[in-house]
Amino acid sequence: MDPVTRISGLMVPLWRADIDTDQIMPKQHLKKVERTGFGEVVFDDWRDDPDFVLNDERYAQGNVLVTGPNFGSGSSREHAPWGLQQYGFDAIIAPSFADIFKTNCAKNGLLTVELAQDEVEALVSLATDDPSAQVRIDLPEQSVESAAGVFHFDIDQHTKHMLVHGLDPIALTLQHREAITTYEAHRPARMPVTNA
Amino acid sequence: MSTPRTLFEKVWDRHLVTAEEGGDPALLYIDLHLVHEVTSPQAFDGLRLAERPLRRPELTLATMDHNVPTTDPSLPVEDQLSAKQMDTLRANCEEFGVRLLPRGSANQGIVHMIGPELGVTQPGMTVVCGDSHTSTHGAFGALAFGIGTSEVEHVLATQTLWQARPRTMAIEVDGQLPVGVTAKDLILNVINEIGVEGGVGHVLEYRGEAVESLSMEGRMTVCNMSIEGGARAGMIAPDETTFAWLKGRPHAPSGAHWDAALEDWRQLHTDPGATFDHVVHLDASTFEPTVTWGTTPAQSTSVNGRVPHPEETRDPDQATRALDYMGLEGGEAITDLTVDRVFLGSCTNARLSDLRAAAAIVADRPVADGVRAMVVPGSTLVKTQAEAEGLDEVFKAAGFEWREAGCSMCLGMNPDVLAPGERCASTSNRNFEGRQGKGGRSHLVSPEMAAAAAVHGRFVDVREDPRAADARAVR
Repeated sequence: MDPVTRISGLMVPLWRADIDTDQIMPKQHLKKVERTGFGEVVFDDWRDDPDFVLNDERYAQGNVLVTGPNFGSGSSREHAPWGLQQYGFDAIIAPSFADIFKTNCAKNGLLTVELAQDEVEALVSLATDDPSAQVRIDLPEQSVESAAGVFHFDIDQHTKHMLVHGLDPIALTLQHREAITTYEAHRPARMPVTNA
Repeated sequence: MSTPRTLFEKVWDRHLVTAEEGGDPALLYIDLHLVHEVTSPQAFDGLRLAERPLRRPELTLATMDHNVPTTDPSLPVEDQLSAKQMDTLRANCEEFGVRLLPRGSANQGIVHMIGPELGVTQPGMTVVCGDSHTSTHGAFGALAFGIGTSEVEHVLATQTLWQARPRTMAIEVDGQLPVGVTAKDLILNVINEIGVEGGVGHVLEYRGEAVESLSMEGRMTVCNMSIEGGARAGMIAPDETTFAWLKGRPHAPSGAHWDAALEDWRQLHTDPGATFDHVVHLDASTFEPTVTWGTTPAQSTSVNGRVPHPEETRDPDQATRALDYMGLEGGEAITDLTVDRVFLGSCTNARLSDLRAAAAIVADRPVADGVRAMVVPGSTLVKTQAEAEGLDEVFKAAGFEWREAGCSMCLGMNPDVLAPGERCASTSNRNFEGRQGKGGRSHLVSPEMAAAAAVHGRFVDVREDPRAADARAVR
């Protein structure tokens, strides 16, 4: 995974609460066995609406999605963050994210930034009024800078470390191989196996 | 004396490979990894690419559920993309030595049905799956939660996951559910209370008289929808109901192992004096048959209620959009809403007792003119058992379609979908826009309410039907 440190670019405002992963990546696109080809079908059903923001040419270069609370609720489908990333988003800013979605984003180097609701609303207003407004996210400094101000965000230090250094979580875990083996040696013999 | 702990804390503590330290999360051991065809192919690819073995194939179990057609399993799958996804799962399971319950197998079914049916889901375990409704297994006092494909790969490779310790929330439900009011209504009321974001960052523990009185199947319905309240996991302390349900299952412990298990499982409850980060109190005796009107599972009301005006809701903008999508006006009576389709299925409500209760409501009455109704048993075992009881004949005589097991129209990945504008009474878990078919309008209800809607062609208060008592009796 490529390290994630500083992200600059343009915002795409999509102010709505509880956008679920069925909207981000509708089920008809979950049948692939590959990790690619999801960018062109992100928000596929909503793209029928000519007024939908991703159909607005002024936001075609946007790489930071600014959206409402509880973004990514519902299904665990990782196809949702794959689609957002492959479309061109490097980061998503929202007041809050659903748990599984947030984890899935982190595993793919798609940065999720949680700001206070009034700060997100300020960014939405800025991007709505001026599609060319720049935004700069600094992960090491945990800040979001724009004409709307400089906002600080919190992020758990483990996720930050993994992102900043672009680490492979499985490789990290395999460094604990001995601890896992020790744990396994103490599991009760009655624990079920699936192939018996 | 040791510090009082919650059920969650006890299960969490016993799975720590490494505890949380500094800013690092805990490394949690996973006892059971359930796999299906949609969220696993890229994970198996990842293993191959990195030349990593699957650490514990014997703690892994796969089935085909999301894509499977619910028609004759001896016929080929017509959708070539679906067929390829199922073939890929078959090849991956062969290559990595994972037991697979494929389409056509006597034990195939929705992934959250088969774990409990086989008895591989047991109290005190950690269970994960690349599916958000993995919370279902919490009904046994397991810590069970959904993960994405990257974490599926992580579990395949390491049998562990990095997890920050979640907060805890007690959902205390006192009183008893009235006749005609079910576990589905209970969880819809919980979600209405806490909101779709209320459980984010938390593990829920459902407690209280109403929860203790539920059957295992009802408890699974409740835990299943924890994720619709934002919580990755929901748990219920195991008790005699749990033990009786598990005893004799193919993978349940037996002999001395059963005795040891029982002794251990009896410790799996929240100690007196243990504290939760949040506590929510509800009274089941006030619950009514519940119907969702909007596009989130929290947007619900009593069957005797009305569709709200947006300004009466927490988020008027969201409600306006939901009503527009659903083709509804604020102020309409729920009982004035006619339905085009009825779907009895999903990992929420397609267990044997769900089908029995629905059949008791339907018995000897035809499906209303213009309504297309289908029953999709949650698993092949449930289908077989239901047929042995003659439930299939009850449904078919009424005009229901009787299908093979699978996820089916809960998410519409297979050919079972709503047409644009169709209104559906559904026993599933999500009423999101387009969930059951692009433009489809889903109303989440209990099996009893869905069956009554099929017969009347509109939503009715199932409590006013004398058969509601029969339905309760067969649950």
